[in-house]
Amino acid sequence: MIESILEFLKLNYSHFLIEEEQRNSNIPHVFLKPEGIVPVLEALKTHEKYSLSYLNDLTAVDWLGKRKIRFEVLYLLRSPKNKHSQIQIRVPIDEGDSVPSIVSVFKGANWPEREVYDLFGIPFINHPNLERIVLPDNFVGYPLRKDYPLEGPGQDYLIQDLLQIHIQDDISKED
Amino acid sequence: MVMYEKTKAHFNEKFKNLPEGHLLVNLGPSHPATHGILQNVIQIDGERIVEAESVIGYVHRCFEKLGERYDYNQFLVCTDRMNYVSTPMNNIGWILTVEKMLQIEVPDRVTYVRMIISELSRIMDHIVCVGILGVDIGAFSGFLHLFHHRENIYQVLEKLTGARLTTTFCRVGGMERDIYPGFVEEIQLVCRELKPALEEFNNLLIRNRIFQDRTAGIGGISQEEALAYGYSGPNLRATGVDWDIRKDQPYMLYDKVDFDIPVGEDGSVLHRTLVRMEEIRQSIRIIEQLITNIPSGSYHADLPHIFLPEKDKVYNNMEELIYHFKIIMHGIKVPSGECYLATEAANGELGYTIISEGEKTPWRVHVRRPCFWYYQSFPDLVRGGLLADSVATMSSLNVIAGELDC
Amino acid sequence: MGLKDLMNKPGEMLGDMAQVANLDSVIQWGKSYSLWPYPFATACCGIEYMSTSCSDYDIARFGAERPSFSPRQADMILVLGTITYKMAPVLREIYDQLAEPKYVISVGACASSGGMFHTYGVLQGIDRILPVDVYVPGCPPRPEALLDAVIKLQEKVKSQGLEGRRQEVMRKIQEINERNRPLVVR
Repeated sequence: MIESILEFLKLNYSHFLIEEEQRNSNIPHVFLKPEGIVPVLEALKTHEKYSLSYLNDLTAVDWLGKRKIRFEVLYLLRSPKNKHSQIQIRVPIDEGDSVPSIVSVFKGANWPEREVYDLFGIPFINHPNLERIVLPDNFVGYPLRKDYPLEGPGQDYLIQDLLQIHIQDDISKED
Repeated sequence: MVMYEKTKAHFNEKFKNLPEGHLLVNLGPSHPATHGILQNVIQIDGERIVEAESVIGYVHRCFEKLGERYDYNQFLVCTDRMNYVSTPMNNIGWILTVEKMLQIEVPDRVTYVRMIISELSRIMDHIVCVGILGVDIGAFSGFLHLFHHRENIYQVLEKLTGARLTTTFCRVGGMERDIYPGFVEEIQLVCRELKPALEEFNNLLIRNRIFQDRTAGIGGISQEEALAYGYSGPNLRATGVDWDIRKDQPYMLYDKVDFDIPVGEDGSVLHRTLVRMEEIRQSIRIIEQLITNIPSGSYHADLPHIFLPEKDKVYNNMEELIYHFKIIMHGIKVPSGECYLATEAANGELGYTIISEGEKTPWRVHVRRPCFWYYQSFPDLVRGGLLADSVATMSSLNVIAGELDC
Repeated sequence: MGLKDLMNKPGEMLGDMAQVANLDSVIQWGKSYSLWPYPFATACCGIEYMSTSCSDYDIARFGAERPSFSPRQADMILVLGTITYKMAPVLREIYDQLAEPKYVISVGACASSGGMFHTYGVLQGIDRILPVDVYVPGCPPRPEALLDAVIKLQEKVKSQGLEGRRQEVMRKIQEINERNRPLVVR
């Protein structure tokens, strides 16, 4: 099915496709430019034959040091009509760039996009509520990037006001 | 507190200029009706909910970053603690993904035992969900009766793996030890005792008029909305969509066993509960087909580069000593590449994405958690309903906080 | 038989209905056998607490009959599970709301020291922000271990008066304040 999808995309959306060699993965994938993600997903979702109408997963990878373009956002789509076969769309973006949000196409992409923003720092344009979701609000940094240490560089600033317990009695007077 | 300032500002902005008589209520994070740490900010008018929003992340334990530090066998301690009510299923999902990347086949004996333990954990998860739904609505006795049978399953798991809850079941290439003598009889006893207990629970709670009045038609969702939100598992089947990864993309030996998929109609709390009760019965049916036919053989694949050799051979033979050394020090050599594999966990589709660069530890691990995708729709489920019904809805969704925040 | 001699022999009966004891020891005896818990369940240890409170292990026989979900009506707080930095202010607020005298049992490796999660999001032990009485190791601890912790707490409550308890808590708070220098990470 991937060949016919590629043909279809080359026909109608060739200006969004990026030519890159296929990675060693068990899911066939397509590389797209960021600005093409919303029209292409819309077209694939409403196509009668391919009908990739279920968004299975949304995540990102940090290729620091391994590839030229640092981040890749991965969209995993599934087609219930075609025996639940899957296809992955990969959007390579650099640091500081942003990706259009697909909440208008798939409602369920709301929280996963917030999670990618929270942990990687990739902003999404037109997202209804782009804020931190799994980390505290005053957290500084984007942990899942490769240059962030696992233990954190020193996390006491998060609970700074809890670390000193204030008590009313004057303990020095006790014996 | 500095930590919650942005969240407070967001809620003040969203809920400013409340109409006359409306109240902003904070349900959680430490609340008896939420399982685990979930916070919901609700705007209510008397008892009717007008608007709601969830805040999560209170138990974010950084598993995806730990996946880059631990190697392929060590990550099992992390998968244990994700969905902590049905632990072996997460372990099995991870091991199947790694075995798919390595493209190795395990003996049938291993697959049979993995399937039996997988169905037992599905039963454990559904017992907790249905029992706690009763407790939240106010019916405590059914939960106590069913929990005793969960303890029986814990006994089996403890004898097999050494731990009740954090089982760390399976290794890449097989199981860590063979099944103990008496495994078959004990599981048959567990199933035999569970069947009348389920009927008793059914009569006690599910057929109770009060329970049905409180749960029928509450918290429903349509099929299109559920599919748009990324639902999977019993919550999706309760809306009428009959997807089950065990039937659509069979893994292990699920295409060789006989079982049905229960499907509901309107996705309400009652239908989710009925779907889960029926799934327990179907799981018992699968176990009974497998338990008497476990093939004899080895409990691991014959792959000395991947599976640790036995200890007495390690101490006596040179070859096994070298294999042991290389596996422990240099890890399992997984070829550079990626893999996504989804299994049908008790909550829905649990998928693991592993991206490997040929090193000892993965480059990136991502877990597709079912709770994360369907809990987004909670405001849609409770809008317009009563406050007490939101408690029942949250309970029936079976949100596990450890899996939600990953 | 003076009053002082009688009080030095605790438990000795006068006839079959009277006993002489300190008011303090009677109060401590009553308190220790009716410690109502506030289960602050965050993660996996919460499921083991559910097992402990069900009929197979039954924490109710030790007096912890009524798990109260309002902190004002509880005697002890059982911290069950991992506490992250995001959750720490909530835990502290709930501890502040418990009425004196209050006790803290830190159940599991994650609550006692951060457990296996030495990561950017997890608080490395609740004794950085609370004075703890009993630590229960295990991941998760068996229900018998949790019951043993309740028994140890009962013995501690029986042997300590109100004033002794207050002094101990003050001393622990002093130690916490001293220990909370910035955590050095390698």
